[in-house]
Amino acid sequence: MQYVGKAVAKTDAIAISTGKPVYTEDLAPADALVVKILRSPHAYARIKAIDLTKAYAVQGVECILTYKDVPQVRFTLAGQSYPEPSPYDRLILDQVVRYVGDEVAIVAAVDEKTATAALKKIKVKYEVLEPVLDFEQAIGHRSVVHPEDDLHCNFAIGMDKDRNICSTHRVEAGDVEQELKNCDIVIEETYYTQAQAHAMMETFRAFTYLDHTGRLVIVSSTQVPFHIRRHVARALELPASRVRVIKPRIGGGFGGKQTGAGEVFAGLVTLKTGRPALFIYSRTETFTCTTSRHAMRLKLRLGADKDGFIRALDIENLSDTGAYGEHASTTFMVCGDKTLPLYNKTRAVRYHGHAVYTNKMPAGALRGYGATQGTFALESAVNKLAARLNMDPAELRLKNLIREGETCLVYEGKTLGSSTLDRCIQKGKALIGWDEKYPRRVLADGKVRAIGMAVTMQGSGIAGIDTASIEIRLNDDGSYTLLTGSTDMGTGSDTVLAQIAAEVLATSLDNILVHAADTDVSPYDPGSYASSTAYVTGMATLQAAEELKQKIIDQGTKQLALTPGQLSFDGENLTALDGSKSMSLEKLAELMVLGAGKRQLTGFATYGSPISPPPFIAGFAEVEVDPGTGVIELLDYVAVVDCGTVLNANLARIQVEGGIAQGIGMAMYEDVRYDERGQMQTNTFMQYKIPCRKDVGKITVAFEASYEPTGPFGAKSVGEVVINTPPPAIAHAVYNAVGVTVTRLPITPEKVFMGMKR
Amino acid sequence: MQIELYINHQQVLLTVQPDDFLVDTLRKQGLFSVRRGCDTACCGLCTVWLDGRPTLACSTLSFRAQGRHITTIEGLRHEAEGFARFMAAEGADQCGYCSPGFILTVLAMKRELANPGEADIIHYLTGNLCRCTGYQGQLRAVKKYLGVAECNM
Ligand code: FES
Ligand code: FES
Repeated sequence: MQYVGKAVAKTDAIAISTGKPVYTEDLAPADALVVKILRSPHAYARIKAIDLTKAYAVQGVECILTYKDVPQVRFTLAGQSYPEPSPYDRLILDQVVRYVGDEVAIVAAVDEKTATAALKKIKVKYEVLEPVLDFEQAIGHRSVVHPEDDLHCNFAIGMDKDRNICSTHRVEAGDVEQELKNCDIVIEETYYTQAQAHAMMETFRAFTYLDHTGRLVIVSSTQVPFHIRRHVARALELPASRVRVIKPRIGGGFGGKQTGAGEVFAGLVTLKTGRPALFIYSRTETFTCTTSRHAMRLKLRLGADKDGFIRALDIENLSDTGAYGEHASTTFMVCGDKTLPLYNKTRAVRYHGHAVYTNKMPAGALRGYGATQGTFALESAVNKLAARLNMDPAELRLKNLIREGETCLVYEGKTLGSSTLDRCIQKGKALIGWDEKYPRRVLADGKVRAIGMAVTMQGSGIAGIDTASIEIRLNDDGSYTLLTGSTDMGTGSDTVLAQIAAEVLATSLDNILVHAADTDVSPYDPGSYASSTAYVTGMATLQAAEELKQKIIDQGTKQLALTPGQLSFDGENLTALDGSKSMSLEKLAELMVLGAGKRQLTGFATYGSPISPPPFIAGFAEVEVDPGTGVIELLDYVAVVDCGTVLNANLARIQVEGGIAQGIGMAMYEDVRYDERGQMQTNTFMQYKIPCRKDVGKITVAFEASYEPTGPFGAKSVGEVVINTPPPAIAHAVYNAVGVTVTRLPITPEKVFMGMKR
Repeated sequence: MQIELYINHQQVLLTVQPDDFLVDTLRKQGLFSVRRGCDTACCGLCTVWLDGRPTLACSTLSFRAQGRHITTIEGLRHEAEGFARFMAAEGADQCGYCSPGFILTVLAMKRELANPGEADIIHYLTGNLCRCTGYQGQLRAVKKYLGVAECNM
């Protein structure tokens, strides 16, 4: 293949690296009003009075809006296909504030200093209510986070809002209790995974203006332009056709920008004032007033026979969705969907529980999306089982895992189309030196080196729901324009889509211009999330390119007056098979737009997959633990990945390295913490530690390609699966080093040290 | 107040407020490569050169630049592109948001450190956070660029 699989550079590499003005803020009009938000200091309160007089007196203030000035339609900010499975539980501004940081008033002023000055002069009287802060106490708490009666769900997601239950879910196959009784060994453990922040380098931002026809234009750093258009239209009571969303280059997303933030506020200011408005979240606002990963408590029971076959698995989950239910039910479901099938020698499995409302910042989508949390619990339990059986954990997994062509209890007879997870495990063992290093070595200075492992799976796109369209045009000069509504947030997906198209059309990469994400121009795409771009949008690209290629051949045949089947197309020239005549693509392109009765050639395809084929990873961690202090140093992390066909060797590798680093952060450092009043303590990079260069050690990445029959050129996804293995693998390595089982992330020196004392 | 300084070798006269930070002043001049990633001097995104040394523009008051030389990546176009190509070849430019600050630090390091080893490089660049790449690809690019490398690590 010419392009697919090659390590071609990103098409926007030089522009983004050398600081060209391509991001949202760079493009904002200089005269845009600056939007700022007054935020609640209380975790739960009712606004009794707001006095704006002093604030309005500040010179340069253009508008101040409170709950009295906004439309009263409830909506969700979750970027999901309509009808969203997330509850419509928000108002733009509500009289009730539900977490510290919830919006109280919108201020727009001529500049930032003026807006900030005005914010300080707004006087609000609150009736402070008792908040629900501990998610384990949420169900049946005397405070109800959403007492309002106009809250709406598009689906029966098992909401019981009077008991603070946002959603309820249950999957079951076989008789778990009976099977557990039959098992020789039962592992029972409760695991806690913390809230994690996305910490993308570009914080949330959007600017808005009215175009010459009075339509609202939103330029936003978002992963989901079409969903944003729909949300904003609903929240502001506009027809969606009156809203246009444009996405420039994005400075990182990781799922954070799959949830709307700021577009509605800036949009409302523009509607009220008629002027452009710009809303940039500060780093602190990004930490405290957007979303984080759902914290979860996973009670897990795993039963096995004495030969090491896992026979029963039961996971009861409690998920903390915070003040609003964005992605509550779906993250919850994914946690089960991506754990129950992994080991398929089971006779009974069950996954059940609730996502609950609390008075904390809402949770939302974050890379891994529930699978990360589930993987920590499941893989930690499997490692515990290996210890109990005195069996090599790698062998235990090889014995139990689902393989290509096999099915499992929850797949209802469908088979797994591709997997090389077994080979990933073997290769990973070799790369980390498993056989020499497992489980531990004590060094001369008393420190202990040990290794641990975990495996995981994710999905590729949302089966049966998310559908992407691609249009590719043959331009008058023989170049192509690829139109997509997907959003490259740094992953290089624009480049990968161009590679797919270039491969089919046998043209060079720079002959394909990718135009991404403007709802006025792009064909519909749900956006970039759920590991869908390479797989779902990629497949649409493949099909659109094939359609266009066929049209080129048909038209060439006509133009050269040949009979069908007599023409070959090599990407540059159309040539009669007998060599008698030929024409360049450029010439054909020109003929297709010139003169009467001509028709520009376009390829168009819409693709949605009925399945979501899982990519797999085997992850291995080598750590050095100081038994005197509990300090853990991560020496080496090996990840071997099956993402089907690797579409771009370099970009895939960086995706893996970046995801592993983020997983290392979740494993060892990152933790969104609140004080007893519900105020977030980890609201800057001082308190919230993402890994720096020294923290990640060495990351070694390898691929064991498989061929996914339903993916473009055999590809599956890679974006999310990469974050899942570090927490359980590092926990396992720490256990192997000093015998301490950490069941509550992150794995800090304190927990290890205290564990050793116990 | 008025200050006189050199931005990318051009002498300029600017009016600034006493509490203006350099990051905002420079952006107002259309130097959009200078970015703010945090409010706590933690991320390194806002790195510019102040008299040739990498400096955090988010925590440098603009008036302190009086009489001094500021260099942004716009002023090092050629050299920056040279290194950016090494980054691109590794796929190490992801969202690119951290790249200008990172590249300025790398180029300063090249001037400052003679024959740095891997540990020196990591140490020098530690203040530049990146959430996308996991740092490994950046390190490969730097090593190849400086010729430190065994190339296929
Ligand atoms: S903006 Fe983060 S260090 Fe300057
Ligand atoms: S490339 Fe995105 S933060 Fe570094």
